[in-house]
Amino acid sequence: MTDGAPHRTLPARQRTGISDARIWTRLQPVVAAALVVALIGVPLWLVLVTAAKSQGEAITPDLSWPDDWQLWDNLRQVWTDADVPAAFLGSLLVVVPTVVGVLLCGSMASWVLARRATRLTAVLYAIAISGIILPPAVVTVVLLLRQLGLAGTVVGMIGVYLGIYLSTVIFFVTGFVRTIPTSLEEAAQTDGAGPLTVFRRVVLPLLRPVLATATILVCLYVWNDVFYAFFVVGGRLDTLPLNLFRVASAGLYLNNWHLIFAYVILMSLPLIAVLAVAQRKIISGITSGAVK
Amino acid sequence: MWFLVPAFAILLVFFVLPTLFNFVYAFTDWSGFKSEINPVGFDNFADLASSGTLFSALRITVVYAALVAVFQNVFGFALAVLLERDTRLNRVARVFFLIPVLMSALAVGYLFQALLKPDGGVNQLIGAVARQPFDHAWLADNTWTIVVVALIHSWKWMGLSMLIYLAGLKTIPEDVMEAARIDGASRWRTFWAVRSPLLAPAVTFNVATALLGSMNGFDIVQATTGGGPARTTEILNIFIYRTFGQGLFAQATTMSLVLFLLVALMAFPVIHRLRKREEIL
Repeated sequence: MTDGAPHRTLPARQRTGISDARIWTRLQPVVAAALVVALIGVPLWLVLVTAAKSQGEAITPDLSWPDDWQLWDNLRQVWTDADVPAAFLGSLLVVVPTVVGVLLCGSMASWVLARRATRLTAVLYAIAISGIILPPAVVTVVLLLRQLGLAGTVVGMIGVYLGIYLSTVIFFVTGFVRTIPTSLEEAAQTDGAGPLTVFRRVVLPLLRPVLATATILVCLYVWNDVFYAFFVVGGRLDTLPLNLFRVASAGLYLNNWHLIFAYVILMSLPLIAVLAVAQRKIISGITSGAVK
Repeated sequence: MWFLVPAFAILLVFFVLPTLFNFVYAFTDWSGFKSEINPVGFDNFADLASSGTLFSALRITVVYAALVAVFQNVFGFALAVLLERDTRLNRVARVFFLIPVLMSALAVGYLFQALLKPDGGVNQLIGAVARQPFDHAWLADNTWTIVVVALIHSWKWMGLSMLIYLAGLKTIPEDVMEAARIDGASRWRTFWAVRSPLLAPAVTFNVATALLGSMNGFDIVQATTGGGPARTTEILNIFIYRTFGQGLFAQATTMSLVLFLLVALMAFPVIHRLRKREEIL
């Protein structure tokens, strides 16, 4: 960079650099806004206008404004006909115990795995996190659940989700525990606290940030999962995505795009509401674990 | 030490055992039509290979995963660079690009099925710009539909890649940029020679998650094409779902084992190589 040649061309390059930057500062908001409208606005617009159309008008779903705005009627029809409350309850029944279980079991195991450096814990840790990459054996898990008498039950479904997402939680939490100093735990131990008390009173509160991240990720995956649910509880228990699939593939609803999209709105509203309220938390939660 | 028990008991029952079963039942004639299960050796693999299903499903899955990994990262990176400065508009735009990430993949699939119909919204817009009717059937092309579905998959997840790249861009210390500027590097050169190599950890994470997500993909393909046209988008999980529904459990298990081996053989070397590249830097 100290040769003569680049020096001579430097002023010119710098000048174009500055004007480039100025053009970019002006142009960037326009490009950003246009991209949001084209990539996100158009699809969301389609959902909204189609969900507000009458059946006849929605047969060919397009971007036109509905002649007769009947969003509320469609939402109500889906709510009662497709039995959304039951599916909502089914989703909650699966998601809440899964999240609690995965966080509790995951952080208990992670604490030990992070604090004990033996050959055994290293092997156990490797087995535990291999599930992040290796896909679950979805067909044989159904066979196993049948043998256990758990096929088609909520408990079986929760167990399968725990088996899938424990790996992710153990990976994140173990990494996090390694970054906290042991002095607090040691102080509590010398004060005569047993491991259970130390874990509950000292370790768990410190884990809050990483548990928040894990909660977001697990909720996102389990709430929207349809593949594993098909195999384990398909036809026995309704969750929101399973119900949407049934609604969309049933002959009764075929090409009833207004009802499909009304369902999509009902189903997405809770998540959009959560995003609107807690966007900062979600964004920092998702990113904090990824870039190390 | 007993703190390990609950987690590892669950992992053993719901993860390790089914995986071991996978290696056993792929070599049996387990099906929904009879009660006894007999070992049949490699017959399932031979049948799937001779019918061509095995290799076509494998090829489609690998192509799909590669396309998603490229598209999702290119889109996510472009968005991150575009929305890098912390202006109010950019912050709002980032939240908008997060909406698809939170949406159910099934809903995303239906949305694009409607949008890409021959008389759907996309063709309507193209027709309006070109001033002549346009009626391409985006989801009924034997060659290109897989690309379209991969684009839809990337559309859903590009917001996540964007967030990771944004976080990566923020970790680059200001003095490194300053040094490059003092050395007379142009903005363009600073970008490619200084900033992008420092994004290696973000690239690793994004490529790995995109590959894993698409190899384990199901919802978006099911909701847009269901594996069609003519099974040209039938990735492994679609095949597993279809054969399982038909009661052909042994075939479904065999493909499930194939997916397991594919992910194990593909993901570990890719992640290892990306990690290695990080260490050099």
